[in-house]
Formats: sequence, C-alpha cells, structure tokens
Amino acid sequence: LPGAKSAVPGAMSMEKVTDYKDASTYNNFYEFGTDKADPAKNAGTLKTRPWTVEVEGLVKKPGKYGIEDLLKLSAQEERIYRLRCVEGWSMVIPWVGYSLAELIKKVEPQGNARFVEFVTLADPKTMPFVGSRVLDWPYTEGLRMDEAMHPLTLLAFGMYGEVLPNQNGAPVRLVVPWKYGFKSAKSIVKIRFVEKEPSTAWNKAAANEYGFYSNVNPNVDHPRWSQATERRIGDGGGLFAKRRKTELFNGYEAQVGQLYAGMDLKKNY
Amino acid sequence: MNKLLMHPATKPAVFLLCLLPFARLAYGAFTDGLGANPAEFLIRATGDWTLRFICIVLAVTPLRVMSKWNALARYRRMLGLFAYFYVVLHLLCYSWFDMGFEWGDIAKDIAKRPFILVGFSAFVLLTPLAATSFNRAIKAMGAKRWQMLHKLVYLIAGLGLLHFFWMRAGKNNFAEVFVYAAIIAVLLAWRVWNYFANKRGKVKPASAGAVRTG
Repeated sequence: LPGAKSAVPGAMSMEKVTDYKDASTYNNFYEFGTDKADPAKNAGTLKTRPWTVEVEGLVKKPGKYGIEDLLKLSAQEERIYRLRCVEGWSMVIPWVGYSLAELIKKVEPQGNARFVEFVTLADPKTMPFVGSRVLDWPYTEGLRMDEAMHPLTLLAFGMYGEVLPNQNGAPVRLVVPWKYGFKSAKSIVKIRFVEKEPSTAWNKAAANEYGFYSNVNPNVDHPRWSQATERRIGDGGGLFAKRRKTELFNGYEAQVGQLYAGMDLKKNY
Repeated sequence: MNKLLMHPATKPAVFLLCLLPFARLAYGAFTDGLGANPAEFLIRATGDWTLRFICIVLAVTPLRVMSKWNALARYRRMLGLFAYFYVVLHLLCYSWFDMGFEWGDIAKDIAKRPFILVGFSAFVLLTPLAATSFNRAIKAMGAKRWQMLHKLVYLIAGLGLLHFFWMRAGKNNFAEVFVYAAIIAVLLAWRVWNYFANKRGKVKPASAGAVRTG
C-alpha cells in the first residue's frame, strides 16, 4: 500500500523505525488473546473482505462505506509516528492512511455532534477471545470532536508500505499518536457521532486506571506503575538498553497542546 | 518410588531439573530469543517460576502423606530454596531492567505501589525461611520454633498470589491467576482437612518426621 510522505506537521518522526517483526508480533489485541504473541498467532482467522464501516449518529450523510471506497476517499500518506503503550513500552511505526478529518468532512457532522465513538469488530466466530470476561465486547473508543479533527489523527490502512497485518487492526484502524495505544481502535466497523462523551472499553473495565483522554503524560502515573519512562522496543543494547524519558503528549505537544489548554490533565487523565 | 527417591543420583537430577527454567532464560537472554521485549519476558518468567515453585513445595507434604512416599520429604527444602532462587532473580530483573538499579527510585516504587509492596513483602518474609534452611539452624532454633517460622510460607503464598492478581487486575486478565489460586487453595485446604482428620485420630500425623528429614 503506497503512500506519499505526509506534509502534516509532526507526522514524520526521524527516529529509528521499529523492526517490522517486532511491530507485527508484539501486540495488544485482546479479541485474539491477552498474550502479546497471541494476536500474531490467532488473527489469521479475521476476514477483512468484504468490510464495511457504518457512519451514523449526528451527521448529515450517514451511510455504509465499503473498505474499497474508504481506501480511495483521500490520498494515502505515509506517517512515521511514535507509539506509546500505557504499559510502558514504545515503538516507532510508519503507518499508511489519511487524516480522519478527511472522512469527517465528507459525512458532515451536525452542529451538536461533540464526540466521535468508534466501535470495533466483535465476531466470536473469528475472534477466539470475544466472550472472555476481560472486556465488555465490542471494544469501543472515543475522541472529542476537535481531537478527531486534528490532522495528526490518522485513519490507517497500512504500515511499512503494506496493508495492515490482521493483528495490527486490519483492514482499517485509528492511530492517535499523542495518546496511549489503546485509544487507537482496531478493525473499526462503526463510527458514530454523538453529543455526550461515549463510554470506552478500558474506562468501563477500570475507570480509575484508564480515563477518557489517556493522553501520554509522564507526570500522571498509572495507579500501578510510573509513566515517567518507557522501554523502546528494539533499542540498541536490547536487554540492557536504558529506558527513555516519556514526553508530554508523546512528544506531540507542539501540535496538540492547545487542544487541552486550561484543562487539569491530572483530573482529565 | 521411595527407593527411586532415595537413590543417590535422584537429588542431583531434580536439582538440575529445577535449574532448567533458569538455563532456558539465560540462553534466551544471550541469543536474543525472548521476543520483542526481553526485559518484560524475564521479569514475568522469573515471577511465574517463583509462584510455580511455591505451589510445588506446598504440594510435597500432601503428596507424601497420600502416596506414602516418605522420601519426598528429603526434597522439600531444596524445592523451597529454588522458590527463593527464582524470587531473587525476579527482584534482580525488576531492579536491573525496569529500574536500572536506581535504588532511590526502587524504594519509592515499593512504597508507592501496593502491588510492588506486596510482592516485596513476600520476598522479605521468604528470606528468613531461606536463611534457616540448614540443619544447624534447625538445631539452634529447636524444631518447634523452626516449624512455626516456616509456616510463614502459607502467608507468603497468599501475598505472592495477591501480587500476581494486582498485576493482572489492570488488564482484567485473571485466567492464570485463578489457576494458581485454585492450586494453592486445594493444597492449603488439604492441610486443614488433614489437621482435623488427625484430631479425630483417623489419619497418622502428617508432619511428624518432616522436620527431621527436611
């Protein structure tokens, strides 16, 4: 899946890209198992064609979009983003996709649409862990409208120049680089425009640990571990590589800081 | 079976068997064979093996009494020391790979995070048990007091479980925790049952001889 280099400010990290092997075998995708190696082993069953994404709620143009139409909806761009997992590890991944804003503009949200909710596939026939009690299925996520409209918020169809491997959220996923990885919903089937802040999967599971915003923030610890540092997967030195300091908004403060001006980030974690 | 357990080659063989997980981890660490996040792999694996050895050592007495393989008692101390060996590795991996031996940060981390505090307490409590694992210590303390001290292992097993439970709680991922909890619950429940059965005089005392033979 080819993509031209993105011109969006902040979209082309110059850091060393994580090995494809690590990015495609060390995943959190609980529909396919809770171990990091499970998704790569089990996601072969996921059927990514035919695939439709339903756009509904407070929009002037609701409808069902086939994956082929979505792929052509805007020009594909390559973007190299840092990815910071809430568990304290990080990668650098070259995604292929376009700004979610392109889709949002097409479907014309109504004035009272303040949030966007993402619903992902929950198919017990192809996803062995849907039905486990770990989470309330389907996995849902959400963004505030201004976050969803931010040019860095990516609707991704590929990585490393190829279509997304199933375990990385094929055929279409979200990538929000300044938030912890779990905010970036995988294998999306529904995008819903709503007035009230939608509930999200991890917030429902443990509200005191995973807030709606979940912006990467070294100063707001997870209740059970510090978020001040992170382990960059594949860093030279392997086992003995030092952890890196985590940056506010995962280093995208210049681009997204103004979205949260005046907000208490400790309260709105 | 008792004969096999008493054979001079059996104990060294079991010793080597207990070292296998360590050998596998060391080999993986040096050959880059532990996946994308080797530090996490080592910390988790050494924690898993600590819990497994605690289950194994708690299984010795029930198995010995039920099977009448009394020679099993000779292995209990060594198995207990392996639990300590793996918990020391666990703590070492955490201090090294997660905390870079920043002692101030480690102290703060232990104080701040209940799940780390609970795990660390279990380690601290296990230390006197490991330290009194030689015959002179038993003599010096007296069998009764020694046995009292080593009953701490029940509390340690509970703390270890709680540590594991809390670690997994954030991701709501309890399947493995429940497996260990069930095993430990059965092994402890057997002791309660055995105690009352002894009182009624139906079963021979389980613990007699266990101290002398280790």
